[in-house]
This record gives sequence, structure tokens and C-alpha cells, in this order.
Amino acid sequence: MTIRNRARIVGAYEHPERVIPGKSIAQVHGEVALGALADAGLRLDDVDGYFCAGDAPGFGPISMAEYLGLKNLSYVDSTEIGGSSPIAHLGHAASAIAVGKCRVALITLAGLPRSVPWTGSMADAPEAAFEGVFGANTVAMYALAAQRHMYEYGTTSAQLAEIKVAASLHAQHNPNAFVPKAVTVEEVLESPIISHPLHRLDCCVVTDGGGALVVVAPEVAKDLSRRSVNILGHGEAPKHGANGRIDLTYTGAVWSGPRAFEEAGVRPDDIDYVSIYDSFTITVLEAIEDLGFCDKGAGGSFVSDGALVAPAGRLPFNTDGGGLCNNHPANRGGVTKVIEAVRQLREEANPNVQVPDCELALAQGTGGSLGTRMGSATVILGRD
Amino acid sequence: MADTTQLPAPVPSVNPETQPFWDATAEGRLVLKRCTACQSVIWYPRAMCPECGSMETEWFDASGQGTVYSFTINYKGDGPYRAAPYVLAYVELEEGPRMMTNIVGIDPSQVSIGQSVKVVFEPTGEGPALPRFQPA
Repeated sequence: MTIRNRARIVGAYEHPERVIPGKSIAQVHGEVALGALADAGLRLDDVDGYFCAGDAPGFGPISMAEYLGLKNLSYVDSTEIGGSSPIAHLGHAASAIAVGKCRVALITLAGLPRSVPWTGSMADAPEAAFEGVFGANTVAMYALAAQRHMYEYGTTSAQLAEIKVAASLHAQHNPNAFVPKAVTVEEVLESPIISHPLHRLDCCVVTDGGGALVVVAPEVAKDLSRRSVNILGHGEAPKHGANGRIDLTYTGAVWSGPRAFEEAGVRPDDIDYVSIYDSFTITVLEAIEDLGFCDKGAGGSFVSDGALVAPAGRLPFNTDGGGLCNNHPANRGGVTKVIEAVRQLREEANPNVQVPDCELALAQGTGGSLGTRMGSATVILGRD
Repeated sequence: MADTTQLPAPVPSVNPETQPFWDATAEGRLVLKRCTACQSVIWYPRAMCPECGSMETEWFDASGQGTVYSFTINYKGDGPYRAAPYVLAYVELEEGPRMMTNIVGIDPSQVSIGQSVKVVFEPTGEGPALPRFQPA
């Protein structure tokens, strides 16, 4: 059994705003749902599969199905693996479509972290009492990973900065980007240290907003006018503390990546464009290694010669500016990773960063924390 | 650099599964769980062995010795940690597990990976004490 060639992405929509006062989270889910369905040329009544994660308010897919007025659902999935969730949802939607559980799947992600404080809690997690009391917050946990990677492999802050620089060179062409300004390695290194060795410009932006995807069976796609994108492979894996033997130098992509490549029947060298989850620069560096684009530990040198810069780099990445510069809605970058990959495969990316002859793209999600436990999801997409 | 001996000491949430761990900290002891079926040393403390699935586990006294596996000086903490820079670290215990903690009793700029450290206990004022580490 495989999902290869069994489902198509026909709708993708990124909310254009980055600061959204005066709206509810459900409302923004609704706006992106309508945006993606309009892009596909479909309607709410066509949707029979719905996917959302922990950013959806209330009772997840039940609350959202009611809010959106979805009347024909035969399949729901609220897999919650942090920011990587929508990439897992994409694989799950393709699987559900492949076995006939649904034909038109809608995936939404939205949140308002700039405008509405998060009220959730992880206090009842079994590990919580052994981490939070020591001041383990998000940036600090990623900093622990960066520090260990530097220790083992000689990775430098300047190499991490190259990742931000590449994202910023792309963001300057995106009029919706939260920070549409090119920066230099020096500017990254001169930005304040947040949690050593990570600087302010090693960290993603915090934005309101969201995005949505519509995934359909091939026979639905052929009747639509928009160019579709083929789903070729998917892999996912959690990575956790491993009974206190955590290794901070790799991510769950060491497992999710090979699964996706195997299903797609392609190799890292075949990939024309990558969207790589960029909560922090170190997140990108470790994922590039784990996905096999270079040897373990060689990520620092790999990114240092413009490899990530579109259109000419060896591995053009995050051509929308990514989470580092463009958008990280709901503190979750998974859906925007897929959306930009779809733009590239439809040849609808900004002309300054459109990868020529882009036939194969990979989208990598890394949710949770590099410093403790994470969900990893990888999809490989092809031009139709 | 801030004096890291003045770190906040928030009270951990304790449940029946972890009560003995926190009770021991109040007595200045670091205890760990061991699986009596496969002998694995378990972290974080729990009733179930994540190596073999056994529910037969027992507490034992750890040496309190370890080395720094990774660390960060965090300048932007949250909640009670908002005030000052502090060192968040993973210490690899002599018994094997890597536990999250703080490094104290040293200028943060002098902390390094591989450094030998030993446990110290910071009272929270409400029973449990926080196991932190200082240079051995």
C-alpha cells in the first residue's frame, strides 16, 4: 500500500495578514478554509474530510466542523504534533483518500499569538515537573540543541546566521512578509543574544494568521481548473527524551525523511526545492543533515556558500521567507511550508525566487522542541 | 553576570507517581528509579520502565555526580525566570540519564560542556527542593 499518486493538493491559501486584532481564532480558521476552497474551485459542502490540530479552539474538529458548517464529514483527524501537524495531516489525508474514507479533505491552521495570549497548559504532562521548574522555555531548549551541535561538530553562529540571511533574501520579495528586509550575517550576529548561542535573528517571527490546504482524490482533481500538486510520499515520527538518553544533535527527520523518500521513490539529490521548518536556524541545520542533503555534522559548511538561496542555490529553501521572516502563524510553521512548496510546483512563487523547472519539492515539519520532544513529518510533492 | 545562586525556586507539581522523588529532595537526596526486570535506570521518574514495559520499578539513591551535556545562558526567561540570566542545562548523571537542571555557583560564562558537577538542593519553601548542580 502506498499513497503515491493517490491524492492531489488542489487548494492552498495563506492568510495575507500577520497582525489580526479584532477577530477570533475560529474566524481565522474560517477565512483560510474559504480561501483554500476558493483556490481549489470547491465549496464547503464538497468537504468530507476535515483535519486540524491543537491550534483549533474548543473541541478541535467537532467545534470547528460546527463553526464552519461542515455537514458531510465522513473522516476527521486532530493529530497534534505541534507545528508539524499540518504536514502529518497531509499524509493522513492522502491515506484516507487512498482507501476511500473521504474524497475532499480540508486542513486548517490558524492562531493569534500576537493579539490573544495563549491560555492552554501543558502542566499535567508527566515530564512537566522535571523541566519547567528550571526555566526551560522554548528558545532555551533550542539553544541547548544548538550548543551541543556546535560542541560535537564545530558548527558556528555565523553558519547558523547564513540560514537567516537566505530566508531574508527571499522575504524581501514577499510583500506580505512580516519582516521583508534582507539582513547580513553580521546583523544576525550583532542582534541580542536571547539564549546563548541563539540570537534574536536566529528566532522565527511571532505572527497572527493561518493557512489551509485542500487535498482530493485524483478523479476530483481532474475536473478542477487549477493546477494540482501530486503527493508522492509521507513519513512521520515522534522523537522524545528516550528515557533520559536524549541526543540533541538530530531531529525526528532521521526517521520521517527516509520513510517519505522511500514511498516517493526518490532521493535527496532529486529534490528541486525544500520548505524546511524554521522555528530557529538550528532547526533548519539539523533537518538538512537528517534528511540526507549532507552528512551529519556538515550542515554548517553546507549552508555557508549560498546553497539555500533561490533560485540558483543547490537547495533553494523557504522562498516565502519562511518562519524566520515571513510568517509563523499560531507559533506553528507547518502549513506555510506546504503552501510555498505548492506555489513552487505550480510555478506561482515570486518570480525572483521561482526555482526553474521545479518538479519535486519536500516539506519538512519539526514541531514541539528540539531540546526535549518533537513531532517530525515529511512530505514529498511532485508537479502534476 | 547575575549571581545564579539567587535563581527562583518554583514549586514543582507533585503526583503520587513522583511523590517519593520530591520527598527525597526535601531531605537532600537525589533518587532515581531502576527497573527490577531489565535493570535500566529510568528518567524522568515514573512507575513504568520505558525500556521494557515492566511496572516493577524501585527507587535508589543516585551519586549526585555528573557532567554537563549541554547548557545555555538564557537572557529571556518566562514567569518567575523573567528577571535574570540563568544557566539551563542537561546534566548527564553518573548513572546514565541526562536530566534538565540549572548550573549554579559559577559565573555562567565559565560553564562548559563536559564539566564535572554535583547536585545541590534549593528549597522551594513548600517541601520539595530543586536539584541543581554546581562545579564538583
